[in-house]
Amino acid sequence: MESALEVRWHGRAQQGVVTAAKLLGEVCVASGRFVQAFPEFGPERMGAPVRAYNRIAMEPIRLHCQVLEPRYVLIADPTLIQIAGVTDGTPKDAVFIVNTAKGAGEMRKELNVKSAEAKVCVIDASKISLETIGRLMPNTPLLGALAKATNVISVDALIENFKENYSKKFSEKVVNGNVEAIRRGYDEVRWE
Amino acid sequence: MAITAIKGKTALTGNSAIAYGMKQINPDVCAAYPITPSTQIAEEFSSYVADGAVQTEYVTVESEHSAMSACIGASAAGARVMTATSSQGLALMWEMLYVASGMRLPIVMTNVNRALSAPINIHCDHSDSMGARDAGWIQLYSETVQEGYDNLFQAMRIAEDLRVRIPAMVCFDGFITSHAIENIELLSDEEVQGFVGEFKAVNPLLDVERPVTYGALSLQDTYMEFKYQQSQAISRAKEVVIEVGKEFGKRFGREYGLFETYKLDDADVAVVILNSAAGTTKVAIDELRGKGIKAGLLRPRLYRPFPAVELSNALKHVKAIACLDRADSMSGFGGPLFNDIRSAMYELEARPKIISRIYGLGGRDYKVRDAIAVFDELENVKKTGVVDELMKYITI
Repeated sequence: MESALEVRWHGRAQQGVVTAAKLLGEVCVASGRFVQAFPEFGPERMGAPVRAYNRIAMEPIRLHCQVLEPRYVLIADPTLIQIAGVTDGTPKDAVFIVNTAKGAGEMRKELNVKSAEAKVCVIDASKISLETIGRLMPNTPLLGALAKATNVISVDALIENFKENYSKKFSEKVVNGNVEAIRRGYDEVRWE
Repeated sequence: MAITAIKGKTALTGNSAIAYGMKQINPDVCAAYPITPSTQIAEEFSSYVADGAVQTEYVTVESEHSAMSACIGASAAGARVMTATSSQGLALMWEMLYVASGMRLPIVMTNVNRALSAPINIHCDHSDSMGARDAGWIQLYSETVQEGYDNLFQAMRIAEDLRVRIPAMVCFDGFITSHAIENIELLSDEEVQGFVGEFKAVNPLLDVERPVTYGALSLQDTYMEFKYQQSQAISRAKEVVIEVGKEFGKRFGREYGLFETYKLDDADVAVVILNSAAGTTKVAIDELRGKGIKAGLLRPRLYRPFPAVELSNALKHVKAIACLDRADSMSGFGGPLFNDIRSAMYELEARPKIISRIYGLGGRDYKVRDAIAVFDELENVKKTGVVDELMKYITI
């Protein structure tokens, strides 16, 4: 199997997980890596469970199938934990990052993660996004949390990419809100 | 999506890359009716038109039949014309596809491969473009976002070549390629313009000094000569595809041929497969090679015209071959790729065993383990010399 690092995003339509996968891909390309970022579309309706994936590698990526054994799993909506198979296929040393106000220990039980090597991280991304962006958009705080919890990307690269690529598309207020959301995701993520 | 890099490495979805490539070509006319999963091509290209980034006349139409009709009118009038579609859209164009090729109009169309109804499905398979394989269009298939983008420019050169003058279709996989962000090296606008060259209209309807007619009635006395010339022209396209692929390589460092092979030279068993699934198959081949199994791959790039002799030569040493089709001919006798490849091999003295496997319909995932299972079957055919099932559905 190819040695790509694989990421799976779980969310509901309109929570921005497809965009999150895209942002992560952009940052990795900017740092000279090969990436894939792709959504798994089902019925397109608001609130439906959505998955998005990343593959990140130092070599060109040839696999064009679904990601089945992701080491990194980001969950934008904790109500999906019981229904969306969020731990499916994950290895022993998986890293879970969950948008929740609960503690990491409690979340580990909810996820039913038994492996001591696995890392369960919690971040109240909904609260952060409401305070920084002004609406429920947990994707950018989750990216900040990913930067802290893993060495996949740096928080500076995330922020730089957002400022550079989205300043034309969004107002200064929205860009600054997202930058703050990334930073707070980085600062406030907790695990045990 | 925002494109910040003009030249150099960036990452785009297949659809964004095609829209951007069309912007770089700056065709005279684009008539399109957006359809999943090619929607973003029309959407993003129409933004380029609205922003004045191109001089293209963008014709909004009420159906794909009208889209192709408008493309035909514009092309016959003397314009460089491009469009894009998928699935039901291509199916609705059916009648006009034959008009475009019969009138020898060098229209370039991207077809983002998607299954056909019924039952309705928006995901990838090749039923749409396979159904159009006899419509007289050149068909180029693409494994990655990069190849789709590169094929777009080459398709234009091939279609417009005076030895050819045949419309061309660039195909890649719906969602898997159209909606996936992958690394891509973009060309500069100057490089694109230098490669595709200035458009020269041939026998344009709008040349009032030299009136011509298109699509006139042609009966028993002349119709067959038109078809003969068309047949000759699409056959000549093969040489032009090779020439253009070489020139592209010389200019930009990425050379393309009629097909791509992977570890085929010493292979005992091989898979023939189109588009993105070839990548997944290559990963399986590396795994099998690690276990001493001599597995290889051939991925056709040019499917119409069909380079039968070249394909047969490349595969003749292989003992057992599986042709994997992401479409079924519903003939009860294997997929379209299987039938073409198997027919091409008929002239050989010692023919490999060839089996048909239908995979991935309606977006069904094709995994590394699916490819490995096919190679396991081929190993068995190689050992026993016996084909148990000539045609079979896999990934089911």
